[in-house]
Amino acid sequence: MVTIKELAEKPELFTSGHRACAGCGPAVALRLIMKALRGPTIVTNATGCMEVVSTIYPYTSWKIPWVHTAFETAAANASGIEAALKALKRKNRLKHEHVDVIALAGDGGTYDIGIQALSGAAERGHDFLYVLYDNEAYMNTGIQRSGGTPYGASTTTSPAGTVIPGKVQYKKPIAEIMVAHEIPYVATASIGYWQDMVTKVQKGLAAEGPAFLHVFAPCPRGWRYDTSKTIEIARLAVETCIFPLWENVNGEYILSPQSKGVALKPERKKPVTEYLKMQRRFAHLFNPKFQQMLGEIQEDIDKRWNKLLKKCNVTITKV
Amino acid sequence: MATVQQKTLPLNGDEAVAYAAKQSDVDVVAAYPITPQTIIVEKFSEYVNNGEVDTEFVCVESEHSAIAACLTAALTGARTFTATASAGLALMHEMVYVTAGCRAPVVMAVTNRALSAPINIHCDHSDAMAERDSGWIQIWAENSQEAYDSVIQAFRIAEHPDLLTPVMVNLDGFFLSHTLENVKVSRDDDVKKFVGTRKFPSVIDAEGKRVPFKLDPDNPLTMGPLDLPDYYFEHKRQQEEAIRFAPKIIKEVHDEYARLTGRRYGNGFVDAYRLEDAEIATVCLGSAAGTTKTVVDQLRAKGIRAGVLRIRTLRPLPVEDIVKNFGNMKAIAVMDRSNSVGGHGGPLFHEIRHVLYDTQAHPNVVNYIYGLGGRDMPQSIILQIYKDLQEIATAGKVKKVVQFAGVRE
Repeated sequence: MVTIKELAEKPELFTSGHRACAGCGPAVALRLIMKALRGPTIVTNATGCMEVVSTIYPYTSWKIPWVHTAFETAAANASGIEAALKALKRKNRLKHEHVDVIALAGDGGTYDIGIQALSGAAERGHDFLYVLYDNEAYMNTGIQRSGGTPYGASTTTSPAGTVIPGKVQYKKPIAEIMVAHEIPYVATASIGYWQDMVTKVQKGLAAEGPAFLHVFAPCPRGWRYDTSKTIEIARLAVETCIFPLWENVNGEYILSPQSKGVALKPERKKPVTEYLKMQRRFAHLFNPKFQQMLGEIQEDIDKRWNKLLKKCNVTITKV
Repeated sequence: MATVQQKTLPLNGDEAVAYAAKQSDVDVVAAYPITPQTIIVEKFSEYVNNGEVDTEFVCVESEHSAIAACLTAALTGARTFTATASAGLALMHEMVYVTAGCRAPVVMAVTNRALSAPINIHCDHSDAMAERDSGWIQIWAENSQEAYDSVIQAFRIAEHPDLLTPVMVNLDGFFLSHTLENVKVSRDDDVKKFVGTRKFPSVIDAEGKRVPFKLDPDNPLTMGPLDLPDYYFEHKRQQEEAIRFAPKIIKEVHDEYARLTGRRYGNGFVDAYRLEDAEIATVCLGSAAGTTKTVVDQLRAKGIRAGVLRIRTLRPLPVEDIVKNFGNMKAIAVMDRSNSVGGHGGPLFHEIRHVLYDTQAHPNVVNYIYGLGGRDMPQSIILQIYKDLQEIATAGKVKKVVQFAGVRE
């Protein structure tokens, strides 16, 4: 496990001065990912908040080779880079022994418009790490719902109306979809737990073949909470089990320490309302008219959590 | 006169393209099959799986990913090739622009096919015409031999450090792609030597250092950044500036290739056939030129001063060559194998008539839309068009500017 001292000594490859909002979760994610690099690396970034805030010409926050081409192309771009590196290495035209390839994309670029390219790249088995920074809506264009937006959340295309109370579909189980691709490494991480997240980036890079890391990255602007609460919310998501942390290594599910702590001591599992009430995107759910949805959300979390525990072979001891 | 050894192989157009790519020391091919381009991908897969090439072949899940993968592979420093047609090119559309804008020197063969609907797998030029303004160089082949030669030349053109502009080599679906021809091919070593290895222009990085233009961990560059109204216009202007180098480079490459193989295609930009003293002429792209040349010979035998101009590079548009060949023409018919629905004639017509507007002679220019969806263009229809041109030349005026040839009205 990496220590904070070791991280502090690592160079900042995603530098300050970018235009991300105060309290931006994805920007924290990028900084941590860059701290986890193990050697020469090329990054490709889908269109989205992080591309926009970090590279307004002629400025750049990136101190490593970085390329953006379009919204739905992160995985295809990574495929091309990886294929080029392989070919150049074979022909003795690559200076480096190995170059890591990372694809970065938000939830829009991953769950929705980019899933075809991602699925294709995973199936082909390219050696790259795909990091999904999930802020649960199309934030770059002004908070429109995505396949990653949770049930009940109000967005500009799933507004909390008087008849329809926000998004009526559940979050797509994207990490499970990637597990179903039978790739060597899939994990979930939260920017609330830097050590766990950095370790998972390192494992993803070390895995031979495609690796997928689903990073939970709150967005104060889109989720409507105070900018000082980003890390608190990122942790609450894990503590309430709405976003549990786990790994799937070569097909085996392993519960990560923070979630395992909750699993072993179920009394630590916080009710989801604690998480929901901090964010105004869920404010309408506390209106008596829609309050039954709070129960539905809790029920859904419990159901998914129990399924996950089974997959991870964790038995809950009732107190 | 050729200076390199060559042999003749029976190849259809797609096979000729695949063979050229095989010989061109390509690092990455990312492609997705679509009729009538399929043979290119199939052939290349055979080369890969039989160990005949050292290429990394990415058999992607869509054309969108094919071009996206080629784009970043090219930016990483690889020589890249892809091929598509019709709906595949339309699916690539977004990335066709991005590839040119990122200055990624990808070479792509387009086996021209009609766009849906109605769905149709046969030849017309609507696919490539939709990409006319994307910033790619467009070469149009008349036969499979030219498709082979043009693909080899395309790598040298696209990757030239002064140009860094992707090149599209067009060949007519089925008429060329599926028709067996005797194609002269050079030896692998000679082609490899001709294409050489990629060279990279140097650019100034964020810290003011000169670095090679590629994704290189030792010299990090940020590529494809967000460009706002304060810079976007200049960058698009730079693309136009770069493509102005293209004629010089296309000519150099065409001439050098001709010295090696003995084959040239007009002056590399236009192929002027019996135009020196012609009074009437047609203009076309691709395989239709072959039939038209036969008709021109028949007319010439009867003493009619007819000719044909085949445009080889639609982009960059050979403005001077068009003016030079047509300045004193009495009547010209532009043959379009695609239509601009609701416009005033087809896209090639727009280009040609627009260029001739500035000439002193101001020749009469008419337009025939022909051959959509693979409709055959027999000699009889071409003859009729030359007859129409004779009437226009005699009368000095045009009855109908835009017409459809060979369609049931």
